[in-house]
Amino acid sequence: MEKRFVYADNAATTRVSDEVVAAMLPYFTEYYGNPSAVYGFAGKAKTAIENARAQVATALGATPGEIYFVSCGTEADNWALKGTARMLAEKGRHIISTPFEHHAILHSLNTLEKEGFEVTYLPVYDNGRVRVEDLKAAIRPDTILVSVMFANNEIGTIQPIAEIGAVCRERGILFHTDAVQAIGHVPVDVQAMNIDMLSLSGHKFHAPKGIGAMYLRKGVGIPNFMDGGGQEKKRRAGTENVPYIVGLGKAIEIATQKLPEESKRVAALRDRLMDGLLERIPDIKINGDRENRLPGNVNVSIKYVEGESLLMMLDMQGVCAASGSACTSGSLDPSHVLMAIGLDHATAHGSLRFSFADYSTQEDIDYILEVLPPIVEKLRAMSPLAK
Amino acid sequence: MYSEKVMDHFTNPRNVGEIADANAVGEVGNPTCGDIMRIYMKIEDGVITDVKFKTFGCGAAVATSSMATEMVKGKTIAEALALTNKAVAEALDGLPPIKMHCSVLAEDAIKAALIDYYKRQGIDPKPIVGFDSVAEMECCHGDLHEGCQHA
Repeated sequence: MEKRFVYADNAATTRVSDEVVAAMLPYFTEYYGNPSAVYGFAGKAKTAIENARAQVATALGATPGEIYFVSCGTEADNWALKGTARMLAEKGRHIISTPFEHHAILHSLNTLEKEGFEVTYLPVYDNGRVRVEDLKAAIRPDTILVSVMFANNEIGTIQPIAEIGAVCRERGILFHTDAVQAIGHVPVDVQAMNIDMLSLSGHKFHAPKGIGAMYLRKGVGIPNFMDGGGQEKKRRAGTENVPYIVGLGKAIEIATQKLPEESKRVAALRDRLMDGLLERIPDIKINGDRENRLPGNVNVSIKYVEGESLLMMLDMQGVCAASGSACTSGSLDPSHVLMAIGLDHATAHGSLRFSFADYSTQEDIDYILEVLPPIVEKLRAMSPLAK
Repeated sequence: MYSEKVMDHFTNPRNVGEIADANAVGEVGNPTCGDIMRIYMKIEDGVITDVKFKTFGCGAAVATSSMATEMVKGKTIAEALALTNKAVAEALDGLPPIKMHCSVLAEDAIKAALIDYYKRQGIDPKPIVGFDSVAEMECCHGDLHEGCQHA
């Protein structure tokens, strides 16, 4: 088989689409005015921002006034959690979340814990899903916030967001979801799902890195995270990144339009890879629920071998993937997500994540199925753990 | 992030395998840390006539195993005992700081095999190798394996 380049790390970041780049370009060199300026020339930039805001609102089932542009998903997560905690500290100091959130959430929660807030981390079980009855049991009179990710970034499991939202609404507790992995890939409706705050990031759906958005339900008056000028209705200071905002709007519009068919196409690729791997490689395990799963996520543990070695050999064959092994996280502990779903260390060290999006093809899948089994065989031949 | 030599030894590791009639076998590391190295030796008249390894671990773990076995093959026990982790890392044109523990593991694996060799002969390894057991040796490197629970 001829060597090819296969980008299978779309959960890390995606290629910016040509349409998105084309939409952005005029805002670098033609309509470069500061949107806050009074003259008509700046109006072009201002209008472009409001157009993008409407595009994001439409995708989420929100109104444009509820959308705020930020620099990235991490900023939105920090703003939602720390803002809510500061706003409601008098009312209560209890927060509910999960142990397998992104570090933008987990490390923000750690900061709040140091400030005297208490966090309950709901179990996520071996299928990688929160159970609503656990949430109900964890709620206390002093619970001020529930933050549960829409879909997990490593194992792709989709959480019961609508059910969680319904419980939070009924109990009068604010509900935030980090939807960075979900937006553009699965349907999201902040009204139907009773979401009060939502974080999203452009580069996960073919917009550029460095632009994100926060949905803040009307009436949720959390304090500002960035102090400064009066941009974003005085809620998020800093000169607007006009071309990137335009790119985010365009990308979310395209993704929403394509979602019904594209999610089916990508899910078929995912299933082809999972079935193919189970068929061709003995002693492997799919991590996370197969049903409630992002269309583009495959996560497998390959027993007796280590993730970084797998990634290096895949890279030599032109395949870009990810692993939850300690060696790839820059620490000595394997991924906190794989630990949270109960994997033992050795199994977690041998995990691989392949993630697919718009540019992924069946040829990519078949190429991975061709090159991975011999790599596993080679590494197992030198592993003292293999039988 | 890796040198060409590391990539070479990772891609084409030397001395992979087992020795059926080995008279020295040592294993260090554990699955919690994500690295296990097992070294087999055939020692005749104080000379390591053959050496093989099996390793579960990252690219650096495989490369250091490969290099360390190459560096002790055909050498005397005394020469093998003088092998330091720094020498292994230097022979590979260096390792990223976070991967230096892999070279320590390789040095330890050689020593673990020699501890086993002396024990099989009924000789106390402590005065010669410096340690009684793998556990004792690994305790000395506890700082390199922070967070790992050694059995």
